[in-house]
Amino acid sequence: MPKILLETEGLTVRYQGRTALDSVGLRVAEHETVCVLGPSGGGKSTLLRAVAGLTDLDAGTVRLAGRDQAGVPTHRREVGLMFQDHQLFPQRDVGGNIAFGLRMRRVPRAETGRRVAELLDLVGLPGAQRRAVDALSGGEQQRVALARALAPGPRLLMLDEPLGQLDRDLRERLVVELRQLFRRLGTTVLAVTHDQGEAFALADRVVVMREGRVAQTGTPVEVWRRPADAFVARFLGFRNLVRATVGADGTARTPWGPVPVPEGTPPGPCRLLVRPSGVRLTAPGADPAGPRATVGARTFRGDHVLLHLDPERGPALEAACPLRDAPAEGEAVGVAFDRADVVALPE
Amino acid sequence: MTRAGWTRLALLAPPVAFLGVFFAWPVAAITARGLRVDGGAAEVLTDADTLRVLGFTLWQAAASTALTLALALPGAYVFARLAFPGKRLLHAVVTVPFVLPTVVTGAAFLALVGRGGLLDELWGVRLDTGVWAILLAHAFFNYAIVVRTVGGLWARLDPRQEEAARVLGAGRFAAWRTVTLPALVPSVAAAAPMVFLFTFTSFGIVQILGGPRYATLEVEIYRRTAQLLDLPTAAVLTLLQFAVVAVLLGAHGRIARRGESALALVDPARTVRRPRGAAQWGLLGGTLTVIALLLLLPLAVLVERSLSGPDGYGFAHYRALTSAEGGTFLVAPWEAVGNSLRFAAVATVVALVVGGLAAAALTRRAGRFARGFDALLMLPLGTSAVTVGFGFLIALDEPPLDLRSSWILVPLAQALVGVPFVVRVMLPVLRAVDDRLRQAAAVLGASPLRAWREVDLPLVRRAVLVAAGFAFAVSLGEFGATVFIVRPDAPTLPVAVARLLGRAGELNYGQAMALSTVLMLVCALTLVALESLRPLRTTELV
Repeated sequence: MPKILLETEGLTVRYQGRTALDSVGLRVAEHETVCVLGPSGGGKSTLLRAVAGLTDLDAGTVRLAGRDQAGVPTHRREVGLMFQDHQLFPQRDVGGNIAFGLRMRRVPRAETGRRVAELLDLVGLPGAQRRAVDALSGGEQQRVALARALAPGPRLLMLDEPLGQLDRDLRERLVVELRQLFRRLGTTVLAVTHDQGEAFALADRVVVMREGRVAQTGTPVEVWRRPADAFVARFLGFRNLVRATVGADGTARTPWGPVPVPEGTPPGPCRLLVRPSGVRLTAPGADPAGPRATVGARTFRGDHVLLHLDPERGPALEAACPLRDAPAEGEAVGVAFDRADVVALPE
Repeated sequence: MTRAGWTRLALLAPPVAFLGVFFAWPVAAITARGLRVDGGAAEVLTDADTLRVLGFTLWQAAASTALTLALALPGAYVFARLAFPGKRLLHAVVTVPFVLPTVVTGAAFLALVGRGGLLDELWGVRLDTGVWAILLAHAFFNYAIVVRTVGGLWARLDPRQEEAARVLGAGRFAAWRTVTLPALVPSVAAAAPMVFLFTFTSFGIVQILGGPRYATLEVEIYRRTAQLLDLPTAAVLTLLQFAVVAVLLGAHGRIARRGESALALVDPARTVRRPRGAAQWGLLGGTLTVIALLLLLPLAVLVERSLSGPDGYGFAHYRALTSAEGGTFLVAPWEAVGNSLRFAAVATVVALVVGGLAAAALTRRAGRFARGFDALLMLPLGTSAVTVGFGFLIALDEPPLDLRSSWILVPLAQALVGVPFVVRVMLPVLRAVDDRLRQAAAVLGASPLRAWREVDLPLVRRAVLVAAGFAFAVSLGEFGATVFIVRPDAPTLPVAVARLLGRAGELNYGQAMALSTVLMLVCALTLVALESLRPLRTTELV
């Protein structure tokens, strides 16, 4: 069992009557990368600020390496925080920004210089020490902010929407770079993001937050395969969600008609999720149990097409379909459901 | 209470103590003494003389404000949006009158429109017996407030807003009226009350140019206190002025807060263009003419009069300043220069410490209390300086604070008018420092004090210098309070000028002009030094 570096218990923060964090319990083990995922305004940034000691707690504890941090001011917590909009010091150059944390720890000048150069190499900006920060591009600022946060060797590195402001291409490249970097350095990372792709690519473990509460914790695969509830499923982008009742015969009664469920699904009312890959298209009428549907719209998704179907009964359905088999808009199709891609969620 | 709350309280304690002891207590002491005398407050208030003075004070302040706006608003546009050679220098030049001591302004306008003045010599025109001299001198003095407050915002309004309106079908004027004008209203509404405040409490200018016929409340308070020893009336008039100023500041605060709405702002460098078309060239020409006639001509005449003697031009008046023989003073008038510089330097240090602590405490906008204190800090600007000065004499003459014969009284009184400027200059800059920068420093291991030193200080260093410059200039020019408490053997420059002007004789007049010129040069040099290090973000004076 790896050592637990960060542990929060019952963490509660209220802003003017609004509860930003509601009794949040969280554990981050050493060398682990945990991503907190949730919609904007869901309390993710507040969580980081609470751990850093930038926000007063209304209840609960923050423990770092087993030590309660109550009464420990921010500057003695030895954590790193990369702000969403970087917050580089405008009056200092790149080198001055990165050296800041080292100066605060009275690291000798020569060593500071060496360390700054090392970090600039690490983030791919070698020799940028003397550049002004306002002359940097968004991606470069992001790298400097990362180097600045890493420089003092924080016990825990926290990232607030680390790639939020960058364009898509750069973001996808940096996610991979960051993951490799954290692996190599053995850094313990707590990141927050609203982008599930980013979270799944970066994290060992994902924590989904909803309105200040933890909705689900698990590895990216676990969360993707078995969302804890309808909220998490919707947040992950799943649209085929209906109220259903699971019967004893291994099928569920749904507005679309009977849908087969995986073995061992407990009978009774539930929310039923059908992944788009589990919605198979057949010739109209080929499967008498499945509904007929009309293709409403097609969205091209690179390697597949996402079809928006209007079934004759029940709400709209999304189906993933290989490129060459995709029917045209307005075409009539039959629908069958694939048991393996059906998940029964608690009501 | 939170730790931040305690820190704020600790920061506020010295300014509160300073204002309590050196402002509230003397003012309260003198008004209380005045009101105790057979309680004729109601009588004074309903007296025809009082109403006449109050009426004139309000009228001339309103007229001065209107005149200033009419002359300066086109100037605000020209400085905000047009590019022309020498603009930076001219921008500094228009600010000189604002930091000039009021007695210098009075002397300059006397030299222009007064008896034996330039217009009198050329065409036999004298304005010093009418109200126009006062209004023009007030416009001279306040021109910069409007140009800098309104122009500062105008320069940063995103022109694309107007372009968006144009694309949607609005004509050039309609776009200006529907997009730019509403955006400017808050800044005009912030500048106008300040102009009104400064002209409402005007003392030196009205004292010199008003003659026996025109008196503002402040002049009347001086006359009642110093010449007639009529303390009850002075006390009532002080309270009357205080009440009007409190209403004014309250309104100003409300407007300023409303003005903090979100506007689309951009870098001023992106909005300036070379003038194009007859209208823009016309505005530029008109503005340059106003600056030449209203701002530069009086100063030029002042210098000319200081050099002109019975035997043609020369430095005779300046030479006369170095001897005590004229009998106006116990010492040579020239010594006033040294006195003034010394007093102003001490006053600047006091104002910086007091105002700096207050600004640091008010950096975080929070709660009614902070807003209330914010407004309170402006009160010394609007309170009768004469009352403060006389209050010093009667309140600070007993142990434990027996300062009556101490030189420190003068700088303390001068610091009172410096503090509001320090706060006005520092506060916007401190508030513009993103709190998350301080947090970033804290996360990287900087203690709160260290974070302040590493993050705030480098960003506000220039603002501190600018604040120091303004505090120095207004301390140098302070007249109403200083005239009471300064020792006869150590006069300041404005006091010496006023005394020389109050005496008959060509030599006294010439010496007053010479001394005013010296004072003007000191102020102008301070300002030019400031202008070269003005922080980018503060575009307002007050």
